[in-house]
Amino acid sequence: MYTRGLLSKTSTTALNDVSLKLDESEPTILTVAGESGSGKTTLAMLMLGFIAPSSGQILYKGQDISRLRGADRMTFRREVQAVFQDPFAVFNPFYTVDHLLTVPIQRFKLAKSKREARDKMEEALTAVGLRPEDILGRFPHQLSGGQRQRINVARALLLRPRLLIADEPVSMVDASLRANILETLRSLQKNYGVSIVYITHDLTTAYHIAKSIVVLYRGAVMEAGDVDTVIKRPQHPYTQLLIDSIPWPDLSRRWGETDIKAREAEHQEITTGCKFYPRCPFAMEKCTVAPPLFQLGTHQAASCYLQDQHPTIPSEHLWKLLPV
Amino acid sequence: MKPVLQVLNLLVTYYTDAGRAKALDDVSLTLNAGEKLGLVGESGSGKSTMALAMMRMIKPPGRIEGGQVIVDGTELTKLSDEEMLKARLSKIAYIPQGAMNSLNPVLRIGRQMVDAIKAHDDEASRRTIEERCMEALESVDLKRSVFKMYPHELSGGMKQRVCIAIGILLNPKVIIADEPTSALDVVTQRQVMETIDRVQEQLGAAVILIGHDMGLMAQFVDKVAVMYAGRLAEVSIVRDMFTDPKHPYAQALIRSLPSLENKGVFQGIPGLAPSLLRIPSGCAFHPRCPYRMDVCTTVRPELETLSNGRQVACHLYTEGLTDAGANGIQERHQSVYARPAVKDIDNRT
Repeated sequence: MYTRGLLSKTSTTALNDVSLKLDESEPTILTVAGESGSGKTTLAMLMLGFIAPSSGQILYKGQDISRLRGADRMTFRREVQAVFQDPFAVFNPFYTVDHLLTVPIQRFKLAKSKREARDKMEEALTAVGLRPEDILGRFPHQLSGGQRQRINVARALLLRPRLLIADEPVSMVDASLRANILETLRSLQKNYGVSIVYITHDLTTAYHIAKSIVVLYRGAVMEAGDVDTVIKRPQHPYTQLLIDSIPWPDLSRRWGETDIKAREAEHQEITTGCKFYPRCPFAMEKCTVAPPLFQLGTHQAASCYLQDQHPTIPSEHLWKLLPV
Repeated sequence: MKPVLQVLNLLVTYYTDAGRAKALDDVSLTLNAGEKLGLVGESGSGKSTMALAMMRMIKPPGRIEGGQVIVDGTELTKLSDEEMLKARLSKIAYIPQGAMNSLNPVLRIGRQMVDAIKAHDDEASRRTIEERCMEALESVDLKRSVFKMYPHELSGGMKQRVCIAIGILLNPKVIIADEPTSALDVVTQRQVMETIDRVQEQLGAAVILIGHDMGLMAQFVDKVAVMYAGRLAEVSIVRDMFTDPKHPYAQALIRSLPSLENKGVFQGIPGLAPSLLRIPSGCAFHPRCPYRMDVCTTVRPELETLSNGRQVACHLYTEGLTDAGANGIQERHQSVYARPAVKDIDNRT
């Protein structure tokens, strides 16, 4: 759980009772989806150890990451890498790409000689589909958004991470380049055994890249499970609304066919119950008490009373439903 | 039907230290009242320049070097600066990218709307002006109380709708929306687009939607214009564009779209968009084009109307090549896009 209040005493709960587990031996791609304000970036920050949770723990290889010190902390920093949203903001304009890639090599002592460092850089760049001779020695402003984003992936790859946290890696990139970057991410998972947490609001790319999905709304898990099941047969009203609102590039599939009109929340009501209650078209009396997760199938769970004929599942066991 | 917007041979150049960049090169477009046109292209293809040029808002080092923009019989390119001020909003309105950041944070919404009307009509009484603002707010599904609010009290989608309300205050004939929903999530995006749709129908205005989300285009516009390196590559009605794109770039664009059927298939467009400072000779797309012919490297294809009314700028459809001939070439190259974007990482150690 992560809460925060700066000026007022009332704090905002950005994430509430979210449990996830990724297995080292089975690298996978997990999508965390949700609209702005759903807490998905907070989750990324927590997993990267940039912020500490108000309650609960984040364990990396069995150790609480906020307690890591010294060599353990360095290992964690090396093995858990991030790719952020805006490829235009993360580069220092005064340094060439070489600098960006040599700093982590020096910091983590990955190479014994300059020669080796260069080889490593070239290898990482080639792996993400870039030609090193085009990239090395260039300044960020000489590169396109897609190239920069792939350099970010290359930088992360250089450190041989076990876990990559990609926070909206393609939302600022042209549609034609998105495919290339997603393909790069997927081949990382396949060929290098890196687990990826793909954070996005774009369910189309999530569908194509991920194995499993967790849908967040205002910091609470709405629905989770196998990506095919959740996207093709969403059971939670919020997921249904999200999927119905995707503008599919398909003329036979019109927008808003499944007429779920969400009410617009006029102001952020803080309810103790279901977070989606103020906007839900099916809101009932009992929704004012937060619904537990109901297990709908072997690979799907939804937090909604419409599904209360199904057995409940404790949130800390949610990961068991997520296929790898 | 009489066209409400005509753009003829528009030419915009940016004079940079590195040289002249032709951001718009001889672009012509016609739009009828009530029509919705989508303008798509990669970043740097000139979409936003097109919008700014139509509004005559190109700032130095950019310059409109030639061409005409005619809205509802008035030639905007001939107006004095003073007259152009009046024409903006009353003839042609612009909803900029990230419009929610364009509201002044220290003024109430109402004040900003009243200002817009006063700039065009200082005769009107306060009451009528306020009433018009309220009506505009209601037509975009906002409450009258929004008039008295500050921008920070509204959500992103609501701010975007305020911008649409300002855009339609003076019943413009043409509305240009430059990526109006790029910062919004899907649910809000749908609500905003539905608002634009409804308002457009009420006014009977023509809309130009600029963006790179082909999904949004499929759901919203009647006609799609694909831009590449400052020129139009293809203009087709939306059904033709999605079922049978003609220009190789449009084909690659359509093929790169994700869908529910072909899970896990990513097809990017190989190569990079050219820099406007170094536009390739001949057809600007030729270095990336799978159907490249010798003529493409030297002769620039013009936007031509095919027998079935489609407009394409590509040598595959000119130079005496019949449709059958062009199809033959395409079939031979069918495999080109089949290869994955990243090859054989395994083999490299």
